[in-house]
Amino acid sequence: MIGVNHYLVLSGLLFSIGFIGVLRRKNLLMLFFATEVMLNAVNIAFAAIGSYYGDLSGQMFAFFIIAVAASEVAVGLGLLILLYKKYGSLDLDVISSMKG
Amino acid sequence: MYEFVAFYIFAIATTILFLITVMSKNVLYSMTSLAAGMVLISGLFFLLGADFLGVVQLIVYVGAVMALYAFAMMFFDATKDVKEKQQNPQLVFLLGGLMALVFVIMFSAPVIGDNIQALYPVVDGVGNAQAVGMVLFTKYLVPFEVAAVMLLVAMIAGIILAGKKMDYSLTKCEAIDEEMSVELEKGEE
Repeated sequence: MIGVNHYLVLSGLLFSIGFIGVLRRKNLLMLFFATEVMLNAVNIAFAAIGSYYGDLSGQMFAFFIIAVAASEVAVGLGLLILLYKKYGSLDLDVISSMKG
Repeated sequence: MYEFVAFYIFAIATTILFLITVMSKNVLYSMTSLAAGMVLISGLFFLLGADFLGVVQLIVYVGAVMALYAFAMMFFDATKDVKEKQQNPQLVFLLGGLMALVFVIMFSAPVIGDNIQALYPVVDGVGNAQAVGMVLFTKYLVPFEVAAVMLLVAMIAGIILAGKKMDYSLTKCEAIDEEMSVELEKGEE
């Protein structure tokens, strides 16, 4: 049988992949994909710990994370469309207006 | 044995697919591999005995979220490769690798607490969906309703942000106005 640690290590690796994506992506749509990867990794950890302790709270939290992710995508894509209409590009270097 | 093989197939395939998502230059490849990785993650949920969560993952993530991305990609040019200026790629991989190392050490260490008790234990004799329903509609009823309101707010925000003035370009509105006025003048003449 596989223990909970296998799932947690997998979750940590996937989270790191998403983290690398967030750091290296400059395109806003790709940045969204990387955040989805991170959210999915966290969901795996919640489900694994929940099943390890025989507790349903982990699954509950994963449900609420899925709900939050769905609404985040809805609002975020609306904003992306507005940004694309305004600047004609989704590149962060192009649309950055604060020169800090 | 069966669980072992399934877990490693799902784990390796998911990692490779998500690496493609993060590294690919093409938006279409990136999105497709993300969708495939999410399908395999639902397989992991089924392995963990969270059947309902796996189905929700399939319906909401693979069905709704990826369809939303696919529709949104009609607004952006998806066939062109994304050009990204990398300022310091080595640093990114160093940070990501360090983070992965820390996570792996943290999670593989045998530090799981013994004094943790299940707050809402899995009920015996009923299926996963039934057990989830019993907890969700008793203990987590208020967060459930708040999540419903949040989804409503997100829906309205999406409609307001993306849906308004679909036939009206926000950047080219002045040019269109000028064209309109020129046409009107021509009509008057």
